[in-house]
Amino acid sequence: MSNPVLTISHLKKTFGDNVVLKDIDFFANEKDVVSIIGASGSGKSTLLRCINQLEKPTSGDIFFHDKNIQEAGFSLSSYRAKVGMVFQSFNLFNNLSVLQNCVVGQIKVLGRNRKEAEQRALDILSKVGMDQYISAKPRQISGGQKQRVAIARALAMDPEVLLFDEPTSALDPEMVGEVLNVMTSLAKTGLTMLVVTHEMDFARDVSNRIIFMDAGVILEDSTPEEILNHPKNERTRMFLNRSIKNK
Amino acid sequence: MPTSFFEWVVFFINKYGLFFIQGAGTTLFIASIGTIAGFAIGLAVAVVRTIPVEENDSLARKFFYKFVRFIFVAYIEIFRGTPMIVQAMVIYYGSAELWGLDMSPMIAALFIVSVNTGAYMAEISRGGIISIDRGQYEAAQSIGMTHSQTMLNIILPQAIRNILPSIGNEFVVNIKDTSVLNVISVTELFFMSKSAAGTYMRYFEVFFITCLIYFVLTFSVTRLLLLVEKKLEGPDSFVIHGSQTVPQAVIKGGRE
Repeated sequence: MSNPVLTISHLKKTFGDNVVLKDIDFFANEKDVVSIIGASGSGKSTLLRCINQLEKPTSGDIFFHDKNIQEAGFSLSSYRAKVGMVFQSFNLFNNLSVLQNCVVGQIKVLGRNRKEAEQRALDILSKVGMDQYISAKPRQISGGQKQRVAIARALAMDPEVLLFDEPTSALDPEMVGEVLNVMTSLAKTGLTMLVVTHEMDFARDVSNRIIFMDAGVILEDSTPEEILNHPKNERTRMFLNRSIKNK
Repeated sequence: MPTSFFEWVVFFINKYGLFFIQGAGTTLFIASIGTIAGFAIGLAVAVVRTIPVEENDSLARKFFYKFVRFIFVAYIEIFRGTPMIVQAMVIYYGSAELWGLDMSPMIAALFIVSVNTGAYMAEISRGGIISIDRGQYEAAQSIGMTHSQTMLNIILPQAIRNILPSIGNEFVVNIKDTSVLNVISVTELFFMSKSAAGTYMRYFEVFFITCLIYFVLTFSVTRLLLLVEKKLEGPDSFVIHGSQTVPQAVIKGGRE
């Protein structure tokens, strides 16, 4: 068995007196598609943000291919290029066109030349079905389109891992599908994905693992089949009942 | 000798037309340079003041930032907190007294207006920078961009566009406030008017003309800046590229 791409050990994060992540141990293998589910405030997003170092963990270690990413001398910049992030609120660069959103990082971080970067951006934008809109500004496109561009922006960096932080939660219902379709086809390409989501269908059908988080700890980590059909923990069962009832 | 108000006005325009134009030119020159230089100073101060200090930065680094910030805050407070007319006196005569500097009034004027405007611009720019959504920083960081790359490519272009109306404001204020520089004998519009009026003891007529000139200056500048703003806003429409049925189409309007 190959070594995990990401290993997290004894991760703890507090905001003041508020303990958001208690003691997280977790790993992701290559090609894993992991759905992270749980109630609001259970620490799912904070976990993703710690992995990407948008939040500095209070204690604990994060390893990327056996390298401790919090060690002095570790290049956070090239790590972040390899571990991309897709946000709930898209966060497209408002001053740049759709194409330039996918180009700027390639030039500044990866040192690609403009021509090469634009070609790469075009290829990926056509994969997410946004190549017709390359000269539009973010304010001119819909939420679903924005999120597809945001995914393309992360993909243009040729990442090994993509982190999705509730990518469809800010979308109108009719736009959820187009984004989930893109994510499903990405999962098939063998990209390692960690997805914080409330979309149970996606968790069941696309991911190969589900993690259930509650109050800052991972309560269950297993296959979708196991967790959704035979939850071991009482809290998992309650959460699942609630989310299915809400449908 | 002219007898009525209008005769006096015509008289002054004929006799001192070139004088007024020179004065207006000087006023516009000082205001433009002062606004541009002040903007550069203010932006630089704001960019440095918004550099994030991380918890795990070295103590020396933390101390250095604290020190630099203290200096900048002192600069802003002092220059915002005292009138420019007083600053002009202190700097012009003080530099001669203390260091034996023989500054020409024009050089002193450019320096004073720039530094004074810089203090206001520093706060305006800082406001522009911190008003940009955190998500923009996070997205830039999440693809590996450094703080300075994020600033240059993502944050500042948006911040500057947002503060353009305030920059225009400062420009207009500067056109008017350069008049205080007559106290150090800068030959700007107010100074020129005063000498013309003094010669014939006709203050009302002369300053009526002066008033009009100031208004024309500020009004043109405001309109010009509106055009720049429009230009920076970019087109409302965008081109749809290579769709299957129609090779190219222009989408008008678009969402907000």
